[in-house]
Amino acid sequence: MERKSPLFTCFIYVCAILLAVVILAPIAWLFIMSISPAADLAAKPLRWWPQTADFSRYWVLLSTLENSEGAAFTSSLRNSIEVAGMATIAAIALAIPAGWAVSRTPSVGWSLSMVIATYMLPPVALAVPLYMSLAYLGLLNNVFGLALVYLTILAPFTTWLMKSGFDSIPKEIEAAAMIDGAGLFQTLKIITLPLAMPVMATSALFAFLLAWDEFFYALLFTSDQRAKTLTVAIADLAGGRVSDYGLIATAGVLAALPPVLIGLVMQRALISGLTSGGVKG
Amino acid sequence: MSGTSMTTRAWFLMLPLLVVMVAVIGWPLVDTVGLSFTDAKLVGTGGNFVGIDNYAKMLANSNFQRTLITTAWFAIVSVAAEMVLGVLAALLLNQEFKGRGVLRALMILPWALPTVVNATLWRLIYNPEYGALNAALTQLGLIDAYRSWLGEPGTALTALIVADCWKNFPLVALIALAALQAVPRDITAASLVDGAGPFKRFRFVILPYLVGPLMVALVLRTIEAFKVFDIIWVMTRGGPANSTRTLSILVYQEAFSFQRAGSGASLALIVTLLVTVLAAAYAALVRKTAGSAT
Repeated sequence: MERKSPLFTCFIYVCAILLAVVILAPIAWLFIMSISPAADLAAKPLRWWPQTADFSRYWVLLSTLENSEGAAFTSSLRNSIEVAGMATIAAIALAIPAGWAVSRTPSVGWSLSMVIATYMLPPVALAVPLYMSLAYLGLLNNVFGLALVYLTILAPFTTWLMKSGFDSIPKEIEAAAMIDGAGLFQTLKIITLPLAMPVMATSALFAFLLAWDEFFYALLFTSDQRAKTLTVAIADLAGGRVSDYGLIATAGVLAALPPVLIGLVMQRALISGLTSGGVKG
Repeated sequence: MSGTSMTTRAWFLMLPLLVVMVAVIGWPLVDTVGLSFTDAKLVGTGGNFVGIDNYAKMLANSNFQRTLITTAWFAIVSVAAEMVLGVLAALLLNQEFKGRGVLRALMILPWALPTVVNATLWRLIYNPEYGALNAALTQLGLIDAYRSWLGEPGTALTALIVADCWKNFPLVALIALAALQAVPRDITAASLVDGAGPFKRFRFVILPYLVGPLMVALVLRTIEAFKVFDIIWVMTRGGPANSTRTLSILVYQEAFSFQRAGSGASLALIVTLLVTVLAAAYAALVRKTAGSAT
């Protein structure tokens, strides 16, 4: 084991505290802004700790009164859930057969490599034709249209994850079931898919987070409450004439809550997913 | 089942994915290439064939050249800082101390925070009148008067890089940490017995285990940094005085703000080509270092 002088131990703790402060301070400040009275946020010198905790902005944003700031926020929240949900389901549905096929038939693997290579494409390289096509199909400012576009990001990613998931399920189990007389689709349904459940859940969560985070296409292809997603709504708030910075912070906290909770709960799976490519590569 | 029929079955199962990919990626990409040789507008029909005019004009344009430099600077500085901070944080988290598990769990927070929320948060922190950075620096006596961090060309890009690093270095740290934990204990112990100092130990014992995973992280982060749009759009929209305008912002302005679809498409393809060359160069580098490290 390493020799550990008290000085070294002390140094480690100082660094650890420093790192914790760097990570936590901005996030804590976002939350504090969301519950500080507007006067505290505009005070000079700035009041770092609110005199009274004021949670009223959360109710303002979550209320659905017509033409209120809440109505714009809740509709964008609903749109984000709808778009991310639809795109995730579609991406997983495409990824399961394709991921399994590549996993069991390496000779078609090059096609998946090509699909994954599209990750390098900047979205701007597709944006103009996608805009024109969506306009032609009447799918601009429409949650279905946006979900369809999100498949450009989600589908390659989920297929790659599902493929590595299927790789870890031994072929022999499937072969045994087929010898016992089960057809291909029966085997997949009874044997393979239940075993692939955990990786399917991880892929779906990753895909959902990606869609939840997306901004560029949403900015281009949506224009009002019918389809605007949360990221666009927040960018509008941040760039607009809202005088209460606490309200912007509150919207940020609410938008960050689902991914942060998923991140904390799913930590182990997320880290192994994030690092699997790196460590094996 | 024979080889050919298995291959046929595989293609059949991949068909839905491939059809969707051709529809939403393949065809739009081809269409972008076609548009880039025309003077088409975003709305309305057609546009005339203009050959390589768009490309020639764009490459000679000083706005483009300046934007390219801004993008490269953003990518190089932010990715380099993320790598260094990430490895340092990973080395720290690889030590034994109380609360290590909690600290490691916290590292997921900046990564999980949506990019737009991160950008909004830092925009509030940098606010010229009420921002926390101005307040903190003034109260500590480091500056006399509040400054407009995002409003001055001299500081805006650096302020953006800080915000981008804060969100992305924890991911590098988690990847590096996973690699560090794969270093066998007896190897580090043996190097201690052999009398290797901490720096030699890092360079010759630990670094070879880190190189592979870090190269992958480096490639992915560089590609993303080169394509950066969200954080810049929300924080500065490319301003002030275009000092933070990156390539993706320039394409957006050309194709959507000015509605010049043709010339926007040519610019988008130049960006795509740059990213591809970058990725190919990196891929060669990864293969080379992976070969020499083992």
